[in-house]
This record gives sequence, C-alpha cells and structure tokens, in this order.
Amino acid sequence: MALEDICGFQDTPLHRKCFPASHFEDTATSFDCYSAEFRGLKKSGRDSGIPLQFFIPSLPNSAPFNHRSTSHFSPSKHSVTVRRPFPLSHGTTTLGFIFQGGVIAAADTRASAGGLVACPAVHKITPIHSHLVVTSSGSGADCMLWERILAREIRLYQLRHRRCLSICGTAKLLSFMLHPFKGTDVCVALTLCGWDKEAGNTDSSFITDNSSSAGFSSQDVSAMAYPSSPNRGPKLIYVCSDGARLQGDVFSVGSGSPYAYGVLDGRLRWNLSKEEAVSLAREAVFRATHRDAYSGNNVDLFHITAQGWSRRKREELKEEYYRDMERRTKTVGERKRETVLYALG
Amino acid sequence: MEYLVGIQGPDFVLVAADNVAASSILQMKHDQDKMFKLSEKILLLCVGEAGDTAQFAEYIQKNLQLYKMRNGYELSPSAAANFTRKNLADYLRSRTPYHVNLLLAGYDETDGPGLYYMDYLSSLSKAPFAAHGYGAFLTLSILDQHYKPDLTREEAVDLLKKCIEELRKRFIVNLPSFTVRLIDKEGIHDLEKLSSGAK
Repeated sequence: MALEDICGFQDTPLHRKCFPASHFEDTATSFDCYSAEFRGLKKSGRDSGIPLQFFIPSLPNSAPFNHRSTSHFSPSKHSVTVRRPFPLSHGTTTLGFIFQGGVIAAADTRASAGGLVACPAVHKITPIHSHLVVTSSGSGADCMLWERILAREIRLYQLRHRRCLSICGTAKLLSFMLHPFKGTDVCVALTLCGWDKEAGNTDSSFITDNSSSAGFSSQDVSAMAYPSSPNRGPKLIYVCSDGARLQGDVFSVGSGSPYAYGVLDGRLRWNLSKEEAVSLAREAVFRATHRDAYSGNNVDLFHITAQGWSRRKREELKEEYYRDMERRTKTVGERKRETVLYALG
Repeated sequence: MEYLVGIQGPDFVLVAADNVAASSILQMKHDQDKMFKLSEKILLLCVGEAGDTAQFAEYIQKNLQLYKMRNGYELSPSAAANFTRKNLADYLRSRTPYHVNLLLAGYDETDGPGLYYMDYLSSLSKAPFAAHGYGAFLTLSILDQHYKPDLTREEAVDLLKKCIEELRKRFIVNLPSFTVRLIDKEGIHDLEKLSSGAK
C-alpha cells in the first residue's frame, strides 16, 4: 500500500472516484481529480498524499454525488446513506500511562454492539511501528480503518524522509486527517503510546514553531536511559475524532474509563517497578470490566521502552475475578481467626 | 466549564486561563495551557469546542508568523484581532463554523496595551477587562466593582485572585489551577500559577 504510492502506481478505477476535498486549503494544490498525471509526481514537495477516496463527507452540492444517486434517494438524505443494522456503542476500557520504565498500554477485548457482545476477543491495541502502539476506542470499524491509514502515512513519511516521524507529529497528522470528519458519525478515540527515539521538533503550541530541523538521525537508543531533551523518551498522546489532541502522563478512554481512573489515580507513581506497573494496569482494567457492562473478557497489555514494544500474554479476566474472590475469602477467614485467637488469648 | 479572564492596565495586560482539559465528566488533563503565543507581544486565549480550539488558534498563529516572514515585521494586536475576527466570520456561515471563544491580549509600541474580546459569533470588542465561560457570570461584577483604568500590576493580580476565590467558592466545577501571564513592553512574562486553595 505505502510502496504503491512511492512508486506512483496509479490504480485508475480508484482515481476516477476522487473527490476534491474542499476543506483542505493546504492540500488544495496537491491534487486535481480530473488530471491524469501521476499523483506521486504532482506532490513531489508535499507530504499530504492522503488518498482522496477517504474524504467523502457528504457535500450536498457536489455534482458527482448527485449523478450517482438513484431515484430512490432524495437529495436531502445524502448524509444518511446506509441505515445501521445495530445501535453503535462505544463500550470499552483502554488506558495508558508513563512511568520510569516506559509506557504501559492496556485494554479490554470486548466489542459490544448495543447490548450484544459482538466479539469477545478483539485487539484494541495495535502496533503502528516498532516504537508506537495505538489503543483504540469508539467505533471499531472506524478505529481499524484509521489505524491502517495512520500506519500507511507513517510508513510513507519514513520512506520519503528517511526518519521516523515523532509521536507528537504523528498525533498532529492524525488529528488533521480526522478534522474533515468532525460533525459526522466517525467516532475514533485513539491513544498513541510510544517512545521518541530521536530529537524531533518542539511541538508545544505555546512556543513559536521553528521549521523542521534537518533530521539528524541519531540511532543510539541505548545511550538514552532517561531523556535529557523533552523530545525524546516516552510519550502518551490522546487523539479524538472531535479534534482533541492532548499530551499527558495518564489517559483512560471509553465507557469504563472512570472506573479505571479510580484505580489508577490512587496508586500511579513515577517510580513504579515494571511488575508493579503491569499489575496496576491489569487491576485497573479488571475493576473497570467488573463494573462496566460494555467492557470485559480479556486484558491486553503492551509495554513500550526505548527498545520497542513488547506484548504480554492475553489474560482472561474471569480467572482474575475468581482469584480475587479467593483472596477476599482468605483474608476474611484470616481476620476471623485472628479475632478468635485475640478473644481467647 | 472553562474560564478565561483578562485585565488591561495602563501599560500592561494581565491574562489568566484555567488548566483543565475535560471530556464529558472526566478531567483528562489538569495542566493544559490554553494560551497561544501569536507573536512576541500578543497572546491568544482560546476556549470552546474540543478540536476547534487548537485547530483555529494554531491556524491564526501560523498565519501571523507567515505575515512576519513575508513582510519583516509583526502585526499589531489590533490588526491581529481583526484578522482573527474576519476568519471566524468567514467560517461562521460555512458548513464548518469554529465554535471558539477568544481573548486576544497584546502590547503595541504606539497604541499601548490592548485586550480584545471575541466570541464564537465573531463579535469583536476592545475592552478594559473581559471574561469567558460560566465563570464570567460570577466574576464580571467583581471586575466592574474594583477595576480602575490606572491599576498597578499588584492591584491587577489581587483583582485576579479575588475572581478566582469567587470561583472556588461559588462555581460547582472545580478548577484547581490557573495559568497567569502578563504582557508589557518587554514582552510576555509567566507569572506564578494560581491555585484555588484546596490542593
């Protein structure tokens, strides 16, 4: 997919379906849907090779759309083309946090559609590249699509510029790609959890943005135990289809997120060990799945360090629940025995 | 649930914004900076709908920087405010209006300090003091009561503290901390973050 683009491979049926994306004033120069030129050549200086067929927010005045519609559709119903077979629901619990040992990303694995468990074993955490993992929540289909688009764009950037795009840059790119769909039914809330390997641009909105530094690719990841500049090291950024883009140390997204925050806020500290952090993340997801009907089944856990991401074996939360029950009965039993002994002695 | 406030003095403008980034009932971030630096002496404070704020503010920010690159000098606060308002107005009757409320604060060499109030319907007004958000209902009367055109910097900070104390007391939403900045002929200065007492 990405390689196709670099080679300028043109798939003509797709090309015919191109619509001009009228919102994007900055990409206006990069395409002309009636031109037969290779898109690759046209955008020699531009980065925005986003395939136009993705930008189909309904334009009530756009001629191609009208021609295509049959007599069954009245023009006013453009925005609702397909009736949904089941109610959309955004049930999930995902979380991510930064600590001294890197970034932990955890999520449940239930895909719900209204009150039905559509799939009990879904992957809500997807690796994008060796040092970036994305947790998704919202509409499953939208998330899958946008993760794929994001992976494609990151790979294209890497091929074109011979360096990895920074996590902040990735988040901004994703946010800008989602912007045309604001106000439509696209529902995507992704948390990018990753490790920045090399010094990138300062992307703080307060500081005046300098033009991108000539990418000096320093690949010595091992030297960086703890980032000395603010642009290296662990990063956690929340991007939402509403347009929100927030960088922080801990995020939890989804219907189960308040429950997860309750667990995380109490015990999260910077100097947790890796085992403690993993167990905290599991506990948070477990408690959230216990209370939230739309989260459950298993917990997936990823740990991202300077060396890349590593996935923990998927764990069933049913087992965790029974273990928790046993632990409780045990402590209750012990306490009862202690009080009896105390009363006697 | 967000709050912006600005107070203009004889040779400075004091601005403050809360630090909460919320998503429905949750505080996603408690150290969000809602001020965007448009130039050496102009700040844009921006609140409103989730994606629109950063998108619109950064758009204005980059355009002002482009102006500086092309022409060699920066836009004055008054020109910047009018440019911002024009953009808001242009988008207002499009299919994608920006739902943002703004305060633009700046210092001009010739005109002195200026505080400009803009809302999502692209109204623009130069004002001696202004506020946005539900908190504005609670604090505008305090500003009305105690504001003087020749107030000193200390008096301005005290007035700001009074406003924040009122919010802490009467506003149902907890806004724990506020970023405070001051603009004068030397540029933009970060002042100490004000917290609403209960840590």
